Amino acid sequence: MAFNVMEHDMVPEHHLLSEKEADGVLAELRVGREQLPKIKSGDPAIRFLEEVVGEPIAEGRVIKVVRLSATAGVFVAYRVVVER
Amino acid sequence: MARKDTIDALRRRKVGAKTAALLVDAGYTMASLKKAKLKDLEKVVTQEDAIRALKRLGIKVEVPPPKKAPSKKKAPVKKKTPAKKAPKKPAAKKALKKAAKKPAKKAARKKPKVRPTIPSKVPEPSAWEKRVMRILQSKKRELPSSLIQNLAARAQKLKLKKPDLEKVVDYLWDQYGANLVDPNESVGIVSAQSIGEPGTQMTMRTFHYAGVAEMNVTLGLPRLIEIVDARRVPSTPVMEVFVSDGADDLDRMRKHATEIEMTHLEDIADTEADFLNNRVVVYPNVAKMRSRGVTWKDLDHTLSKMRREKVKRVEGDKKRKMEAYVLDLDQVSYKRLQKQLETVKTSKIKGIDGVHRAIIRRRGDEYVIYTEGSNLAAALELPYVDPTRTNSNNITEIYEVLGVEAARNAIVREATSTLAEQGLTVDIRHIMLVSDMMTNAGDVKAIGRHGISGRKSSVLARAAFEITSHHLLKAAVTGEVDYLDGVAENVIVGQPVTLGTGAVNLVYRTSAKEG
Repeated sequence: MAFNVMEHDMVPEHHLLSEKEADGVLAELRVGREQLPKIKSGDPAIRFLEEVVGEPIAEGRVIKVVRLSATAGVFVAYRVVVER
Repeated sequence: MARKDTIDALRRRKVGAKTAALLVDAGYTMASLKKAKLKDLEKVVTQEDAIRALKRLGIKVEVPPPKKAPSKKKAPVKKKTPAKKAPKKPAAKKALKKAAKKPAKKAARKKPKVRPTIPSKVPEPSAWEKRVMRILQSKKRELPSSLIQNLAARAQKLKLKKPDLEKVVDYLWDQYGANLVDPNESVGIVSAQSIGEPGTQMTMRTFHYAGVAEMNVTLGLPRLIEIVDARRVPSTPVMEVFVSDGADDLDRMRKHATEIEMTHLEDIADTEADFLNNRVVVYPNVAKMRSRGVTWKDLDHTLSKMRREKVKRVEGDKKRKMEAYVLDLDQVSYKRLQKQLETVKTSKIKGIDGVHRAIIRRRGDEYVIYTEGSNLAAALELPYVDPTRTNSNNITEIYEVLGVEAARNAIVREATSTLAEQGLTVDIRHIMLVSDMMTNAGDVKAIGRHGISGRKSSVLARAAFEITSHHLLKAAVTGEVDYLDGVAENVIVGQPVTLGTGAVNLVYRTSAKEG
């Protein structure tokens, strides 16, 4: 693709969390992975992150999404990668 | 146990596992490590590891000269990135990849941090915001950043002193806590009511678009239903195409618009079936061609694709001579001739598939191209299009091209603008909740039988919604269990619902004294 998905105004920042960071987040939120909102592995944002990381992103990895919310300002949400 | 705790503590500070184990085994604790000298540590672990460990612990280390070797490896990566950020992004990315791959894995892993791609969507906190944040931090409290921004802006205006600011922060914290949604509040029902009630006041059918009067766009209730139903294609797909440069130059914008707009042969030429000679003749209209920005070359290209031989020739008698394209049929067949005429008429000459019309409108100090029909993927690929702002009202398309998070934003934007256009104000939180639910599973799900309501875990809740017998029968056959966690199933059964006070259970606990 000639354009960068992440640069689009509608797309918030996505970050791939390491396993350790992911566990920390889950412990802090007191939820299991399956309780997080999902993101498909074929999602354009995930495909882009794979390019950044340089390797495929496995199922079950946690993605940190930094949204710019109209009510909360900067809001951090998490999504877990699921099969497409 | 103490050993493990110390190692864990070190690991949390991102000291390597091996280094941590070695240090702890040598008898170091967190306290003694903080006082430890580099020299002492070097006896246990390598100098490089010791320096890294001390740095992670926040202790300033005077780096001895031989450390230069490892620092050299990292330096080129860091130096290169800002320099290469200036040119176009894809080039920078490639360069980064190359630079990062060479100095081993460490640098490669660090790449997400120097990502050239996710620029500064999150604004850097101002000095006053930082001040507020520090106060909050000292009290181990967290507030949404919008509140911090708001408070900081006002505090700055009043030039509040620290003790006063602290008081305000305390008050804000109390008010914030008092105004949070209570646990077990039925936010979904409140949202449904809050969107549903204004929905009754919406007009059933309105067709016009703020600012672009000559374009028809579905608005009002039909549009709201469309959004919530997650239709694949809205009844009137529209794109807003922004141009990256020359957006205030009307002539250039006109040219871009003609390039985006899909042009069929019949739009620029008269076509006729010549039954006598068994052929299709195309008479291009020069004036129409010019207005649509079609060149003879474009025509040659499309039409010669249909026939191998040269098709351009001069037709007509002495009175009325003009350039024309002639497509001879090798077979005498009335049916084939009609068919050929149709394919010629509808053949695409230029433009983006699906874009039927492109209109230029002024918006602020620039021109924007509005299109009837939407094809975001193709539009974003165009070199002159600004791929950061160009947008569509087709939510499924946004999902496919930009991902779920963008689709989530799109649902919120489309729903609020539809409601606002009708003069209705619905708190954005309600719409955000709907949007969150629709995109929760990683794709855009409709609210209804085929979407969210049809995927509830409870049989009774599903049966209460639609196609009752179907759900009950299927549940009976597969032996489904209903745990009565939701509202609908508890209403059916006749129990208090698990909301508000109904969600709290009394538990009898004998006092410690009685044992």
